[in-house]
Amino acid sequence: MDFDYTPEEQAFREEVRSFLKDNLPPKGERPKDFLKTWLEQVREKGWVGFSWPKEFGGSDGGLIEQTILREEMALAKAPPLGTSFMGLAWVGPGIMQYGTEAQKQKFIPDILDSKVTWCTGYSEPNHGSDLAAIQCKAVKDGDHYVVNGQKIWTTGAPWSQWIILLVRTDFEVESKHDGITCLLVPMDSEGLEVRPIENMAGDKHFAEIFFTDVRVPIDNRLGDEGEGWNVTVSALANERSSIGEVTQMFEKLDNLKELVRSTRKQGKPASEDPDVRRTIARFEMKIAAMKYNGLRYLTKQIKGEPLTSETSVNKLHRASLEIEMDDFAVALNGEAGLQLSGGEAAIDGGTWSKSALNWPNVVIGGGTPNIQKNIIAERILGQPKD
Amino acid sequence: MNFGFSEEQNLLRDQVARFMQEACPMGKVRELSQSDSRMDAALWKQAAELGWLGLTVPEQYGGLGLKWIDLTVVLEELGKGLSPLPMASHALACAALLECATEDKLEQWLPMMVAGDAVCTLALYDEPNWIDPRAITATAAIDGETVTLSGVKPFVNDALAATHFIFAVRTTDGLGLATVAREQITVNAQPLMDPTKGMGSISLDGVTMPSEYVFPMSEAQLEYLTDCGAMATTAEMVGAADAILELTSSYAKERIQFGKPIGQYQGVKHRLAEMYVDVESFKSLCYYAAWTVDDARDEMPRAVSLAKGYASDAFAQIGIDGVGLHGAIGFTAEYDAQLYLKRSKWARPMYGDSDYHLDRVAALGGL
Repeated sequence: MDFDYTPEEQAFREEVRSFLKDNLPPKGERPKDFLKTWLEQVREKGWVGFSWPKEFGGSDGGLIEQTILREEMALAKAPPLGTSFMGLAWVGPGIMQYGTEAQKQKFIPDILDSKVTWCTGYSEPNHGSDLAAIQCKAVKDGDHYVVNGQKIWTTGAPWSQWIILLVRTDFEVESKHDGITCLLVPMDSEGLEVRPIENMAGDKHFAEIFFTDVRVPIDNRLGDEGEGWNVTVSALANERSSIGEVTQMFEKLDNLKELVRSTRKQGKPASEDPDVRRTIARFEMKIAAMKYNGLRYLTKQIKGEPLTSETSVNKLHRASLEIEMDDFAVALNGEAGLQLSGGEAAIDGGTWSKSALNWPNVVIGGGTPNIQKNIIAERILGQPKD
Repeated sequence: MNFGFSEEQNLLRDQVARFMQEACPMGKVRELSQSDSRMDAALWKQAAELGWLGLTVPEQYGGLGLKWIDLTVVLEELGKGLSPLPMASHALACAALLECATEDKLEQWLPMMVAGDAVCTLALYDEPNWIDPRAITATAAIDGETVTLSGVKPFVNDALAATHFIFAVRTTDGLGLATVAREQITVNAQPLMDPTKGMGSISLDGVTMPSEYVFPMSEAQLEYLTDCGAMATTAEMVGAADAILELTSSYAKERIQFGKPIGQYQGVKHRLAEMYVDVESFKSLCYYAAWTVDDARDEMPRAVSLAKGYASDAFAQIGIDGVGLHGAIGFTAEYDAQLYLKRSKWARPMYGDSDYHLDRVAALGGL
């Protein structure tokens, strides 16, 4: 057991740091079009799709180097390494694994160059957590599929150019996991209508999508017909080290401590209140647990041992921390905590109150806590399925 | 970067697990729990022969010269089977001597301890639920060559088994450690919720001995030894929590109610998943803390408090739910689940409860 890095790994960290020092102005001092420059620069360095094979334009970055890169980026509060989030997270890996040569050439470069934003058409009005039960239908007609049905809660749909879509091509199947097909569909297709949904924070990040006789070329099918479930599962299994997340959460904890130091509660400094102190310490305890869980799982991966569903452990911690940390900040400040951005007494410009209304993004978006608990109980502890 | 165990450490783990299954299974644990000493001379000898009694003792004193992370592996596996052997106390006594004793005493005593010819324990604080130098009230009055002890050590772990004791005392010059042989004192056994742990109260009034048996101890050394205690306790908690989770999880797969295994109901399976999340988490924190003892001493206080702070409350709840999820069978004396609940009660206050450790995390973290 040791927490030291090899000279090569240390050199890579130094390379990242010195790049950030030279090319990343502090937040607030970045020019308006900085993101564009940044994306070109990190693309040039090979850090977009860093873990992807070189033949696809990645860097074959190893697990530890990925960890170092994410950690340093988070520490420096850097912009993202590429803005095609879902493209980088699972659409790209899915295409590399299941796509045709033509699909690889058509889609991969645009994802790496942040030219195309993808959204993910999985959930339907009656099927959220129960993903495999989808009803959105595609029927073959010549060299096209004709899609009819509805998707919902599609994050990023209002501004995405493409959607990775799960449809049912066969209703006569014994297992609901069969008969599902994965299609790559342009968002400006004829018959495709996006209706944004306002969330409780007042944002319109997700949407309903209606498909009426949308014609999708068979060439845009990812994987074989009926193989969509496997495509999805292997794409979602593209789990990454959560170390970047942990660094961000430590940063949020620091902000929370700063808030506590500057807040009074019942006329006394909040930092003297034992409950306040222990609550903050509990947050630190959980974030630290996430960190060392993550390193333990990373070590397993490096040794080539399969990860089963251990990452659900950190997802559950993350979910409760997402809710509790913002909520604690809001509650700590009483009436002032309630004020949104623009309020005269708004705390930290209303960032806590806004954030306290946004937790479902993380908590529900990545699979609800109840689903994560099912995964742990069934796949790790071997309990019978529901 | 490697947050995993070496081949040797995995072999050590297997060795201890086998020892627990073959030589100290639950029947033996229950038998020892009923005995006056909680001790089995043959098992102790076996542990000595396997090198476990001198795991962290440098080779020059006959030990294996390994690290706390290795000791953690051993204590975790012993904790799984709720071993009553005073292994943690003995290791803490070694740590206390290595930290505070003179070279000639180390040369004299450590080889005996490593060989298992002595069973040692360490007792630090005299007030319940107070981790603070002021909670050491027993005194040692040094008068030239002679020292006279007084006061009471009310919470001495493994006192029923120990042949030698190391007591934190207050001297005219500050804190000290007094080393006392069993012949010099009387141990009053204290009935405990956890029958596998033999706690005693010891009056020091009138004990006199040569002053060379008392060593000065700084407050920093006291803090370090307290952290070692929390570390050892947490390692045992990791093993015990793993075991009660395994026991409960197995039961949930077999117990049929309303025509289904109870593990199929989310009320049961979700609680099991939460137990798993907690055990995994304080396990990771425990391993990290164990690593800091030898390899990053300045990070040790925070690391130990994170681990023990998490484990104290989480294991207590796991003990309760482990029994509760079993239903009535878990409540019976015959079934083993209750023994783990009792161990969780024992472990919670040892070397600081969660409030103590969380307060420390807050203070170390700039609040």
